Amino acid sequence: MTTSDPSAPVVLDQVSVPIGGRPVLRDVDLTVRSGEVVTLLGPNGSGKSTLVRAVTGLLPHTRGTVRLFGTPIEQFRDWPRLGFVPQRSSAAGGVPATVREVVASGRVGRRRLLRPSGAADRVAVESALEVVGLVDRASYGVSQLSGGQQQRVLIARALAGEPDLLVLDEPTAGVDLPNQQALADALGRLKARGATILLVAHEIGPMMPLIDRSVVMRDGRVAYDGPPLTQEVASHTHHAHDHPADGPGSHDHVPHVASPLDFERRNRS
Amino acid sequence: MTFWDLFSLGFMQRALIAALLTGLAAPAIGTFLVQRRLALLGDGIGHVAVTGVAIGLLTGTSPTWTAVVVAVLGAVLMELIRERGHTNGDVALALLFYGGLAGGVLITGIAGEGAATLQAFLFGSLNAISVGDVWSTIVLTVVVLTVTLGLLPQLFAVASDPDFARVAGLRVRTYNLLIAVLAAVSITVAMRTVGLLLVSALMVVPVATSQQVARSFRTTLAGAMLVGCVAAVGGLVLSAALSFRVTVAPGPTIVLLALAMFTATWPLGVWLRRRSRLMAPFPEVTATPHRSTVEHPHEHGEACGHPAVPHGDHVDYVHDGHRHAVHGEHYDEH
Ligand SMILES: Nc1ncnc2c1ncn2[C@@H]1O[C@H](COP(=O)(O)OP(=O)(O)OP(=O)(O)O)[C@@H](O)[C@H]1O
Ligand SMILES: [Mg+2]
Ligand SMILES: [Zn+2]
Ligand SMILES: [Zn+2]
Ligand SMILES: [Zn+2]
Ligand SMILES: [Zn+2]
Repeated sequence: MTTSDPSAPVVLDQVSVPIGGRPVLRDVDLTVRSGEVVTLLGPNGSGKSTLVRAVTGLLPHTRGTVRLFGTPIEQFRDWPRLGFVPQRSSAAGGVPATVREVVASGRVGRRRLLRPSGAADRVAVESALEVVGLVDRASYGVSQLSGGQQQRVLIARALAGEPDLLVLDEPTAGVDLPNQQALADALGRLKARGATILLVAHEIGPMMPLIDRSVVMRDGRVAYDGPPLTQEVASHTHHAHDHPADGPGSHDHVPHVASPLDFERRNRS
Repeated sequence: MTFWDLFSLGFMQRALIAALLTGLAAPAIGTFLVQRRLALLGDGIGHVAVTGVAIGLLTGTSPTWTAVVVAVLGAVLMELIRERGHTNGDVALALLFYGGLAGGVLITGIAGEGAATLQAFLFGSLNAISVGDVWSTIVLTVVVLTVTLGLLPQLFAVASDPDFARVAGLRVRTYNLLIAVLAAVSITVAMRTVGLLLVSALMVVPVATSQQVARSFRTTLAGAMLVGCVAAVGGLVLSAALSFRVTVAPGPTIVLLALAMFTATWPLGVWLRRRSRLMAPFPEVTATPHRSTVEHPHEHGEACGHPAVPHGDHVDYVHDGHRHAVHGEHYDEH
């Protein structure tokens, strides 16, 4: 895919990310345009979370460029424009905290040091709680909530920062259908406000109507990028190209490399 | 001399001020350690600080300041090890604990000081606090409290979800190091009253006590500081009172008092949690199919003894895992 708009919220150009010396993402091209809702699909271990972590700056990439809103990620400083919902992290810590406190911590990127929270902070927190439908639970301890409700708390926390780009890693995992619907409604309201959303999902379910584009990952590569797919279709997508060097059933796309050490040695020679 | 005469003694007044400040600072930073599930980090730093005290004794400089320096270095080292490693990091931390304690005892021996001198630092002491110590305690406590309370939103975000905080643009590593350094500082603050080996208890037990009744992070923090103050001052007075008959260091009495407060609030916590579960409104459920009870000899009513919970336009009676609503001649499962 050719990069059309270099100032789009997310532009990945030939990005490779290794973890512990092993290439996990390989030559990934991805553009998420302003106002788009893109789902990232793919089997377990295909590199969806790695891609998300590269986009959010949590993992460094070794090749290619990652641009956020047109700025290379190394120089990007406007982090409050980015909202992040990590995969499967519980909203509860070692000390009790209320739903409102956790959601308010989403403002932290926009707050100045040593200043009390202002009216704008409170308004943003209330409206984030409203979007996810947890206003009546705001003073509950987060550990009193169900898993799906905690997931909504984490989404509200990301929303409280009033991001222009929202990156969610499997917010629907282990969430029942009514809660998925509530989530889809929340994302729908955000989309209507003009937010850009990059969403990793296993079950698309009620989010289907929101989605503009699907990207399917396989073995750290983009295997499909086009009109929305459901997960069932996605799991039957085949590789865009074949690798004759691979043996049947082999999933390692770097031929004749048995270990990272091997890989480095080859690179040097 | 009677018990009340104690309070007119200069060393006792100094000890009381130090205990009060310790009771404020240690639980404040302890709350963040517990939030990060690093409750034992304080213990590790305390052990390392023993070496710092010993170096002070050996070189004839103030043990408070050498302890601050060594404890801060140890805390930073532990934080770096923790950041890098997983299981091996655990072992490395343990090595640091034992190394700190063993080194401290050895160096104290070399310095020609007896076990009694070190004992005052390990378990606290009533009469070892000089005017200079009081001033350094005040300064260090003010630093710890200003930073923890002033940076509360940032520290809370980092302690509860480092990945999220990093994406929000916070320098997570700096904040983690800051917490470690503050922990080291408050441990040296607490050294004179509770002692290095028990100081971690004053960081953790008040938080555990406060958690029993608090639901929010802020009230937990405030409650922990309150419990810390009561335990530190109360424990000190208790050890002074006991010292008419036997010799007790203040450290153990402070910690035991804190534990007693935890034990006392535990049933309260159980009751509160139970009550908050019962008080919580029932979730909005979409219309469930009509389900009537099979057989129900008991008749629910105003004074039947079962909790009556308003549910929309009627009342549910809660018992034995059922919610029963009157429906004509029988009860419905709601
Ligand atoms: N911390 C890590 N250390 C070593 N390898 C890792 C690490 N994290 C991920 N990997 C590897 O990277 C690959 C991609 O992992 P990733 O978490 O991105 O998958 P995913 O598509 O998000 O899967 P899931 O659907 O299970 O969340 C996997 O093969 C995994 O083994
Ligand atoms: Mg994942
Ligand atoms: Zn009854
Ligand atoms: Zn009912
Ligand atoms: Zn009944
Ligand atoms: Zn009926």
